[in-house]
Amino acid sequence: MKILVCVSNVPDTTSKITFSDNNTVFNTAGVQYIVNPYDEIALSKAIGLVETDGGSVTVINVGDASTEASIRKALATGADDAVRVNAAPRDAWFVANQIASYAKANNFDLILTGKESIDYNGSQVASYLGELLDLPSVSSAKKIDINGNSATVEREIEGGKEVITVPLPFVAGTGEGVAEARIPNMRGIMSARTKPLNVVEPVAVAELSKIVEYETPAPRSSVTLVDAGNVDELVALLHNKARVI
Amino acid sequence: MSVLVYVENTDGKFKKSVYEVVSYAKAIADSTGGSLTAVSIGDVADDELQSLGKYGASGVLNVSSGQLKQFINQAYASVIASAAEKAGADTIVLSNSFSGKGLAPRVAAKLGAALADGAVGLPEINGSTFKIKKTAFSGKAFAQVELLAGKKVIALNPNSFELRENGGSASVTAFEPALGSQDLATVINEIVRATDKVSLPDAEIVVSAGRGMKGPENWGMIEELADVLGAATACSKPVSDAGWRPHSEHVGQTGIAVSPNLYIAIGISGAIQHLAGVSSSKTIVVINKDPEAPFFKVADYGIVGDAFEVVPKLTEAIRAHKGN
Ligand SMILES: Cc1cc2nc3c(=O)[nH]c(=O)nc-3n(C[C@H](O)[C@H](O)[C@H](O)COP(=O)(O)OP(=O)(O)OC[C@H]3O[C@@H](n4cnc5c(N)ncnc54)[C@H](O)[C@@H]3O)c2cc1C
Ligand SMILES: Nc1ncnc2c1ncn2[C@@H]1O[C@H](COP(=O)(O)O)[C@@H](O)[C@H]1O
Repeated sequence: MKILVCVSNVPDTTSKITFSDNNTVFNTAGVQYIVNPYDEIALSKAIGLVETDGGSVTVINVGDASTEASIRKALATGADDAVRVNAAPRDAWFVANQIASYAKANNFDLILTGKESIDYNGSQVASYLGELLDLPSVSSAKKIDINGNSATVEREIEGGKEVITVPLPFVAGTGEGVAEARIPNMRGIMSARTKPLNVVEPVAVAELSKIVEYETPAPRSSVTLVDAGNVDELVALLHNKARVI
Repeated sequence: MSVLVYVENTDGKFKKSVYEVVSYAKAIADSTGGSLTAVSIGDVADDELQSLGKYGASGVLNVSSGQLKQFINQAYASVIASAAEKAGADTIVLSNSFSGKGLAPRVAAKLGAALADGAVGLPEINGSTFKIKKTAFSGKAFAQVELLAGKKVIALNPNSFELRENGGSASVTAFEPALGSQDLATVINEIVRATDKVSLPDAEIVVSAGRGMKGPENWGMIEELADVLGAATACSKPVSDAGWRPHSEHVGQTGIAVSPNLYIAIGISGAIQHLAGVSSSKTIVVINKDPEAPFFKVADYGIVGDAFEVVPKLTEAIRAHKGN
């Protein structure tokens, strides 16, 4: 199977998120970047499938040269080759168009993304890709079993799951349950240095939206502590003051 | 400008989050001087469809064809795009539910529309540009995004817009859009849903517990507290990683982001990744035996104490309160 895995480069989960230039620019000073955790799941699933059924795993990232550390990590984890579309990822529509343009020229049997990126959290790329490539898409998969020309996929729904049959090729955004995230071993790290990483230039895409400002959530006033022996007081506060029960 | 709202049903019924999107869509229609049409897909009784009128829908396009009784992402996206054309709508609103997240980009791509997902407020309208506040960085921040295209798709987060009754009634019209050849490619085999439980993403109250509960055998008291409150249950990541609770209950940066009216955190330390997913809760209560637990810094109310003693007492106190 020929599998394409989309990886995004995101701030480490412990990062404190701050902004500069009147809250218009995300402050990258001191921020560590990692492969989006859900993309690691997608990648691990793809590597596992190729281990059992043969084929190849290509990773693609839309980003400037600063993302290459994350791409090398994906190669070290076990991808065969990588493509970087040389452009700052303006928004999900832009990213999806770049990936679709590459995928159209390279016939993949399966395209995996994470269910969302933990920075812009659109959960959009997988579904945009489905539409651009006229393929079925599953935006939040919990389990993927390939059987020949189709797959049984568990899709997340409120309070449960839906089990669906999807013909290949298709696009899926993966979440927990699809695979255990793998970590690169020494051999992987060594071989990653020599695996191909091709840089391609972006295609032009119309700008449909743009982020003009950021805000951080308003800080809460300090906590009101209630004595452990006096839970009635908490109930009264929740009822009379917070008015939530 | 006319507005179309997609109303997702759950086993033929509309949940509160649906009335939220209808109220929200109506507010946009009013400020642009347009009308609001709803589109429903699947098996929904007429009186349920008419209930949408109360929140401002003047008409409902009802797609009840047998092939579309169950959710098929591609087909539903085609139907919504056709309904938008039929209603002459250039703004399309839907809920940012699991299904909504899969639909919104496809609908937007079909219509050449700009998309705002995870919206938490009404747009500021400036000519043909909408400026909308949406969540970003997994709850650690918000972004103001400008939608520049003539058509817009907005996916609204649950619990971020209040219900507004307008007292009207909606006329229901059958609608049978044409489908594309690829639209019915996927097939649903089975739906597994705990129908007796409140679903986490749209719950108004969430009772969440962490590693402080020591083991899965101690979740009885958590469920009991959730039960008296009519709340959904949730947990921290290590708890679901250990298999004490299902992954679907994991909240935080790499789990579900919730924004209930009340979030009760029991035996959870308050790591930055956990807080990211819960910080937009309106009121936060923390129960932890460690007075230094970081969660207290973002809590509204706190009890320093042993969960095994405090939780059963709290459950009793709430039961007594509800009895009055
Ligand atoms: C990439 C990445 C992503 C992550 N994403 C998430 C995420 O999405 N969600 C998430 O939750 N975590 C996430 N984490 C993990 C996070 O960093 C913390 O490790 C986790 O939230 C801690 O869970 P906890 O609070 O249940 O456990 P602990 O940190 O072990 O805290 C247990 C708490 O229980 C208290 N306690 C113990 N006994 C009692 C008692 N008898 N009564 C009352 N209180 C008691 C303790 O004082 C302590 O504060 C992520 C980590 C990484 C690296
Ligand atoms: N810049 C990017 N390059 C490659 N893939 C991306 C990029 N941004 C997002 N993706 C993929 O799309 C998924 C969903 O992202 P999003 O729609 O931003 O939530 C991510 O988990 C990645 O798999």
